[in-house]
Amino acid sequence: MTALDDTSTGLDDLAARLRADIGDELVLTDRQQLRTYECDGLAHYKVMPAIVTLPRTTQQVAAVVRACVAAQVPYVARGSGTGLSGGALPRADGVLIVTSQMRDIKEVDPPNQRAVVEPGVINLQVTKAAAPFGYYYAPDPSSQQICSIGGNVAENSGGAHCLKYGFTTNHVLGIELVAPEGDVVRLGGKAPDPPGYDLLGAFVGSEGTLGIATEATVRLMRSPEAVNTLLAAFESTDEAGGAVSAIIGAGVIPAAIEMMDALAIEAAEAAVHCNYPQGAGAVLIVELDGPTAEVDAQFAAVETHCRDNGAFEIRVATDDAERALFWKGRKSAFAAVGRISPDYIVQDGVIPRTALPDVLRRIAELSGSSGVRVANVFHAGDGNLHPLVLFDETVPGQADDAEEVSGAILDLCIEYGGSITGEHGVGMDKAKYMSRMFSEDDLDTMQLLRCAFDPAHLSNPGKIFPTPRLCGEVPGRHKGTHPMQEAGLAEVF
Amino acid sequence: MPSDPVLDDLRKVCHDRARPAEDADAVAEVAARYVASPGSTEETSEVLRLAAQHDLRVVPRGAGTKLGWGVPPTAVDLVLDTTAITGVVEHAAGDLVAVVRAGTPVETLQSTLAEAGQQLALDVPTAGSTVGGTVATNMSGPRRLLYGTLRDLLIGITFVRADGVVAKAGGKVVKNVAGYDFGKLLTGCYGTLGVITQVAFRLHPHPPVQRFLTIEVDGAEAAGRAVAAIVNSQVVPTAVDVHQSADGPTSVTVLLEGTEQGVTGRVATATAVLGDAAASDEPPPWFGALPFDDRQVGLKLTTEMAGLPRLLLAAQQAADRHGLSIEVTGSAAGVLYAGLSVDVSPDAAAAVVTDLRSAAGSYAGSVVVLTAPAAVSRGLDMWGPVPGLDLMRRLKDQLDPQHRLAPGRFVGGI
Repeated sequence: MTALDDTSTGLDDLAARLRADIGDELVLTDRQQLRTYECDGLAHYKVMPAIVTLPRTTQQVAAVVRACVAAQVPYVARGSGTGLSGGALPRADGVLIVTSQMRDIKEVDPPNQRAVVEPGVINLQVTKAAAPFGYYYAPDPSSQQICSIGGNVAENSGGAHCLKYGFTTNHVLGIELVAPEGDVVRLGGKAPDPPGYDLLGAFVGSEGTLGIATEATVRLMRSPEAVNTLLAAFESTDEAGGAVSAIIGAGVIPAAIEMMDALAIEAAEAAVHCNYPQGAGAVLIVELDGPTAEVDAQFAAVETHCRDNGAFEIRVATDDAERALFWKGRKSAFAAVGRISPDYIVQDGVIPRTALPDVLRRIAELSGSSGVRVANVFHAGDGNLHPLVLFDETVPGQADDAEEVSGAILDLCIEYGGSITGEHGVGMDKAKYMSRMFSEDDLDTMQLLRCAFDPAHLSNPGKIFPTPRLCGEVPGRHKGTHPMQEAGLAEVF
Repeated sequence: MPSDPVLDDLRKVCHDRARPAEDADAVAEVAARYVASPGSTEETSEVLRLAAQHDLRVVPRGAGTKLGWGVPPTAVDLVLDTTAITGVVEHAAGDLVAVVRAGTPVETLQSTLAEAGQQLALDVPTAGSTVGGTVATNMSGPRRLLYGTLRDLLIGITFVRADGVVAKAGGKVVKNVAGYDFGKLLTGCYGTLGVITQVAFRLHPHPPVQRFLTIEVDGAEAAGRAVAAIVNSQVVPTAVDVHQSADGPTSVTVLLEGTEQGVTGRVATATAVLGDAAASDEPPPWFGALPFDDRQVGLKLTTEMAGLPRLLLAAQQAADRHGLSIEVTGSAAGVLYAGLSVDVSPDAAAAVVTDLRSAAGSYAGSVVVLTAPAAVSRGLDMWGPVPGLDLMRRLKDQLDPQHRLAPGRFVGGI
């Protein structure tokens, strides 16, 4: 019997056990059905999973994980599948555990400023459920109408408003998870500062490698009394960057400051007709929120800083509809780039905000010397860049050139003391860049945490780390090849 | 005096800053053998490699302001003093970020940041504490309500593992999801996972105006009503703290910060919510202070936010029931600190802790005995029940398989 036969027989046996454990209708093995799950939001990586499961309860998730562990089969968790780093990319030899059927908002608790939700709940639904009480859920990734809380927890998702309010990790106070060996564990809850190591803090953003969240207790925040938004047009990104520096330098922390350059504006205009000021080399969207008295005082100062730094037009949103129009151009920017280029890479890197003018100049140089066009969209307040690297796959060599420019931008981020990812995660896509940012010892140390949780290396193997670490004695059954080697092989396809 | 090869080795790797321990170097009344003060991350690494070589149990120490906190260690061979690892490495004011070495006093950091009108938005109630000690014990104070705690402010960390390997995680940008967030694991680890040598913080601007509104209320329930009304209002307080003195009044203080114009408007709103509150530019004396000192039993109690008044009440009732006095301060965020009277007997202290664990458990919270005289701590489960303990033990075993660092100080005997 060949190794392949051995594997497929093992997977057939596993599928049968899963059907028995959680029910026939929650286990998919039909190729047509599996195809739906072959990629996440990073669609150029595709792997057809061997088995897809659609558990509806924590116990079912635990049953699937335990079955995988018993069979020594790797598994990958997936929420809505909107991730942009391939974090939910399936394994051809593994099980995909889709949590989107677990979409119950169990509790909205305004007096304690918390909500308790299942992992498949859509981000925006939390805010919708809390809104009647005057509360909302702050993290707002651009995909918030479709992305799930479970995915947000795995990726530590950000959003435009995390400049002031922080990321998912700052808003998740408790979690129930199925640990990599199948145990159900609770960390934290409605009260702050649980005793012991902050495993919750390490779990959020661990990209599915430390287990699967099956319930989250999240912070609800009081909806702000006032929200003021302006759109300012500048001739250059340097001027817009100067305005951002002036605003932050004056001690104002806006809820959001977003910047788009000329090419990004052109794309947004073509796609959604957002009608930004003509001839702008850069636009800023600045939003302040909070008590009316405070927002009024600071908003005047923000307008002045924009004018002092060369804004030639400033529009102030007079109502929610106008505010939504300002944001429409920005929020549609990624997809809009499809109007001006057949293919593009969405990059996600971070630099110290003050390095923005230098880095933009260097990106322009990279673009000039390579002939690869780059549109720039960023969370300017916290230095999180989203360069959109444009190419045409049908032209030989362009995809490789774009990939090279995209990688060179990450090198720039590291050179300026930043990060290779601000909010999209490392996933499959950026594991190869991790050793540019971290030393071997750093990565080795991080993997000690991995070994504590998942000694058999079955929970989303091949993500985050360029080289998996051996964890010493691995409990359980071994096949011909060590699971580590399998993980190592899987990384290079 | 005959030469001591261990001491000689320690002296070699840290520029002679090593010596035999004295009585004052004891950790929670457990005597130490040596004290070494490395001056850098690299020297810390050398010291820990030596400790591994000579099989020394190591307790890291900053200024020592909370060295008595936590369970007394099972043994201490070497006190690793971090106070020579000092200095603000970088204050990138335009980026609202600072990188600082662990032995730097928090006050020194704050005065450097203040020159640019910025701050680390963290209250440190123990004067003289170092940055590293503050992180290792996860200290926070009233302003946590708005700014969160160290887990929300720490963006990068460098630490030395028990085997001497230097590791870092995070970075010096606020937004960063590359790799596991080891900063959170080291925060509040009481020295059991590694020796912190450098950290990066996100900063906040110093608001131009601060105003404190204080009201005296009639007991815990009235305090709870005032707190709930403010946190549900639109004034966005920086802090809402309560104080229940041992035998006197209960009060609530609200801190509002912002622009002159903004704060004026918000003070008016808050006053309308609270009723007859006194406004001041200065906090009341109890605000941001711990209600206990080294001679006392000090507790940290947590609860879901709405459980605050009932936990306050439970504290008073437990003290009455067991014949002692208790002083409590705490934040609307759901954290209370309590100090038991100085002469408390071990039995009475244990009984109060048991009662309060039962009460806090009803509100999703916990009770940790932060500090207690050795005679009292011996009879107490200081950390109480800890969900996820099995994973914590496994993490400890991975990072410090010989249990060399601060042995026995942490949860579950870690």
